[in-house]
Amino acid sequence: MKPFDAREAKTRCLAFRKRILEISQTVPALHIAPAFSCIELVDAAYFGLMNRGGKKETDDTFVLSKGHGSLAQYVVLEKLGVIRKELLDNYSKPGWPLATHPDYGNPGIEASTGSLGHGLGLAVGMAYADKLQKKNRCIYLVMSDGELMEGSVWEALMVAPSFGIRNIVALVDLNDFISLGQTSSVLPNFYPMAEKIRSFGWECAEVNGHDSAAIVAAVQARSGTKPFVLLGKTVKGKGVKFMESVPIWHYRSPNPDEYRQALALLEEGSR
Amino acid sequence: MRNAFADAFYQIAKDDPRVFLVAADIGAAAGVNTFREKYPERFLNVGVAEAIMIGLSAGLAMRGCIPFAYTIATFTIYRPFEQVRDDCCYQNLPVRLVGVGGGVNYSLLGSTHHAQEDIAVMSALPNMSILAPCDPAETTAATLATAQIPGPVYLRLGKAGEPNLTSQAPDPFLLGKIRKIREGKDLAVLTYGPITKMACDVAEQISAARGKSVAVYSVHTLKPLDREGIRGVLTRFPEVSVLEEHSPHGGLGPQVKQLAWDMKATCRLECFSLRDEFIHFYGTHAELLGAHGLKPEVLREAWSRS
Repeated sequence: MKPFDAREAKTRCLAFRKRILEISQTVPALHIAPAFSCIELVDAAYFGLMNRGGKKETDDTFVLSKGHGSLAQYVVLEKLGVIRKELLDNYSKPGWPLATHPDYGNPGIEASTGSLGHGLGLAVGMAYADKLQKKNRCIYLVMSDGELMEGSVWEALMVAPSFGIRNIVALVDLNDFISLGQTSSVLPNFYPMAEKIRSFGWECAEVNGHDSAAIVAAVQARSGTKPFVLLGKTVKGKGVKFMESVPIWHYRSPNPDEYRQALALLEEGSR
Repeated sequence: MRNAFADAFYQIAKDDPRVFLVAADIGAAAGVNTFREKYPERFLNVGVAEAIMIGLSAGLAMRGCIPFAYTIATFTIYRPFEQVRDDCCYQNLPVRLVGVGGGVNYSLLGSTHHAQEDIAVMSALPNMSILAPCDPAETTAATLATAQIPGPVYLRLGKAGEPNLTSQAPDPFLLGKIRKIREGKDLAVLTYGPITKMACDVAEQISAARGKSVAVYSVHTLKPLDREGIRGVLTRFPEVSVLEEHSPHGGLGPQVKQLAWDMKATCRLECFSLRDEFIHFYGTHAELLGAHGLKPEVLREAWSRS
């Protein structure tokens, strides 16, 4: 794999956001802000971290555990040629397979998600099978911070290191927002998070979740002796000022005026 | 039944590295212990944590493994219901969900440990298969038969100490088919699980008293249901009775009634089940069944009626 180029990542992520905005004009509602907050995390996994030489037995696995961020994965898969443009052009259209949450069996989709708190448990099973079969591959997840409120996640966090599993990298989109408000005010005891995760036997690092180079560097710097969680501090709706941290954009399409404004803001921010 | 399962599981698992036992801190019988000692890497105790038991099992299945998730029935399927639905059924994976103590078998443990609506709940899930054997021998057959099922399976077991009822059965065990385990011509009883013993005992008593000739069928495969076989019973017998250790809703009885209605059956049809009530009462298994009206004398009277 060639070295990760942060400038190329920036160009890609701008294009991904624009593509998602383009799709937003064809449907009445979609999860724009949750996708925008994890674009760099998903991009870093596919373009900077995962081994994906095309062999089913050795390729790393990607599970979008925060299934509602599906557009972030779809646009990456489209760029990689895994998903045909026609499929994504017909996002959420009657009779077409790609919609709000990833469905196992669609091209590039390795788990059905959408209900939060399932991906990590699945990953623990996959990772354990890989460990026994001596397969040197890793399961990458992108999780939401709201997902860390699910008890099932903590069951998985407890079990994975107890079973000697190391080959999981969970990238957490820590945007500090749940649907009805800001996590730090709704549930202040959610924090500190890194200590909680470390106390469960995982290695954990925190970075700016929109800094592609930092994401890749932090994951590559892991010891490999424990499973790994990266807390990526993000901004929900990142890149479009009027969407950033505004709850309504969790699930709303911009109107044509807002669309043009959003494109301009993205361009401006990328300069 | 626990022992029969454990031995059959060992038969499947010993030569197949794909097979795992994933337990949520409930010990199983000897066969599983042997497996645990010989293949510790394929025996996983996740602790008192059923969501990860099922999630992990589904993850193993996504890598081509065949996990048996094993605990008390309520904890196998109720606590982690969404993992059962989304991880196992939605993705159609070969996870075997083993529920010990289906029905009100854990009589002294109270309603938190009673799975009296498990067939209804599992039947509602697309892709799920349901097996509820009636005795240890059928448990062995059912456990081995799971190898023929590509998707998820709920295997509903009793506890320990059930007698064998099928050693003289006229029909062999065939996955997906109802099984005649006692001959008769006047009345057919359709039943499943350990309560089958009560059906056989009452049938014997009626026969000994020179009453009706009562046939007993083990409906060990509850999903997919052998509709054709049941239609045959509804056609051949003047009287049919369903006996189940389950809520009156969503189990075998309502499905048989639906079939009977659809085919305009003319036989007399009566269903016996648990009531739609929790049991705030402790006692033996038989006493709990009796508290909901499932008593040999009730069945004897009903099945002797002309």
